[in-house]
Amino acid sequence: MKLRATSLCKSFAQQLVLKNVSLDLENVRTLALIGPSGGGKSTLLRIMAGLEIPDSGSLSMNDCEVVYREKELLEHRRTVGTVFQAFNLFPHLTAVQNITLALEKVHRYPAAQARDIAESILERFGLSAHGHKPPAQLSGGQRQRVAIARAISIKPKLLLFDEPTSALDPEMTAEVLEVIEELREEGRDLVLVTHQMGFAHRVADRIALLADGQIVECGPPEQVLDDPQKEITRQFLAKILKY
Amino acid sequence: MILTLRSWFWISPDERRRPVPWPVLLLNWLLAFFLLALVCFYSFSRLRYNWNWGTVGGYSNFFWRGWWTTLKISVLALLLSTVIGLITALARRSGFLVLRAVSRLYVELVRGTPLLVQISFAFYVVADAFRIQDRFLVGVSALSLFSGAFISEVFRGGIESVGASQLESARAIGLTRFQTYQYVIFPQAIRVILPALAGMFANLIKDSSLLSVISIEEFTWNAQQVSALTYSNFECYIPLAIGYLILTLPITLWTQWLEKRTTYET
Repeated sequence: MKLRATSLCKSFAQQLVLKNVSLDLENVRTLALIGPSGGGKSTLLRIMAGLEIPDSGSLSMNDCEVVYREKELLEHRRTVGTVFQAFNLFPHLTAVQNITLALEKVHRYPAAQARDIAESILERFGLSAHGHKPPAQLSGGQRQRVAIARAISIKPKLLLFDEPTSALDPEMTAEVLEVIEELREEGRDLVLVTHQMGFAHRVADRIALLADGQIVECGPPEQVLDDPQKEITRQFLAKILKY
Repeated sequence: MILTLRSWFWISPDERRRPVPWPVLLLNWLLAFFLLALVCFYSFSRLRYNWNWGTVGGYSNFFWRGWWTTLKISVLALLLSTVIGLITALARRSGFLVLRAVSRLYVELVRGTPLLVQISFAFYVVADAFRIQDRFLVGVSALSLFSGAFISEVFRGGIESVGASQLESARAIGLTRFQTYQYVIFPQAIRVILPALAGMFANLIKDSSLLSVISIEEFTWNAQQVSALTYSNFECYIPLAIGYLILTLPITLWTQWLEKRTTYET
């Protein structure tokens, strides 16, 4: 993917969350956003997802400028897949229905075809036996995999993950990370906000560290994680790797 | 299965998720009816009152006619107030600030003033000014506006009970605002709305009795006529109570059935 952010600024209630964030990436498959909490990484991801409108600055993906107007944003959101920390599945629908809702109502697939798509993705993720269950009857790891299935079902041009494993225990984290790695191997473009440094190292070909609303360091994992140039990066890594 | 005496009357906390066997249920319902009957029987047995059912029975067509009118008013007002409630609840969340203000003003005014005053005002002032003379039409409208204000708050509570993360998810998958209400908000809000709505509907049916002040010949008006003609009270009030119960009970049962159907685990 080609990703270019130019001087993105965003503030919430007088607090500046992103301060002139610029990024210029080409031929990147997987971008990992890391950094301390409140550093602005989730906000940057949400701007990419079209869920948040920047106060100023611009963003383009694959040479296609994201237009921050409600009508265009609706179209934009329909072409990216977003996975949230808290899964955000619809509790009143089954796993299959969670996936088919967007396929049928947004992308206008016939019901039978939408169902086939949903079932084949669930099968791939080892969830065939759970398609008829509502989220309440699924484990956290299963829920997140359903959420990922929902995100990829629409064949998005980009997949965005906002701390996809932060609400999961270690065993379930593994099953979700495996799925994400599989998607990367498939050649999909991913952006993920994560606190899993080992995982970021393995899957990302670019890592950007955001702290205090700015990009402190951006480069390949060998550089940012193994040989950090900035003091903030070193401190952050020391803190996170200590435990 | 051996049932102990205790198990006929008591379920322990860990059993409360399982359905109660029907014979046990039946027994306890009968017991409840028996207790109620006991209280009624005792109270009436102490009453010194000359029952005059025969005379009142001669006026049964008054009751039927009134009950039928109340049924018509109730059905129409029920539908209309639901529509008004829905529109008001949505207006309250609209981007247009004047819509928000109007709906807020409407709800506060209607909830804070007596229905009796509203009905009189609607008929003698507003309808008169617009030269509308159909009492039935004005009555149903006034009742619907009154009930709609309460129902809109029930709807609003239901809509707001759906978490922000759900709205975000709906936005992320690209649903339009309308679709978000249709497929995400309402199916979840309905659980919260239904129990309160059942109460609102029952109130609406009973509140329709106040339409007698603009001489709509509904159920209560007719019962009072018979009462005045025959100098009897209870012989009129008892059929009146039963008549209203026949109208309200199906609504309560229907919403309970809907509640069961729309329920899901969280």
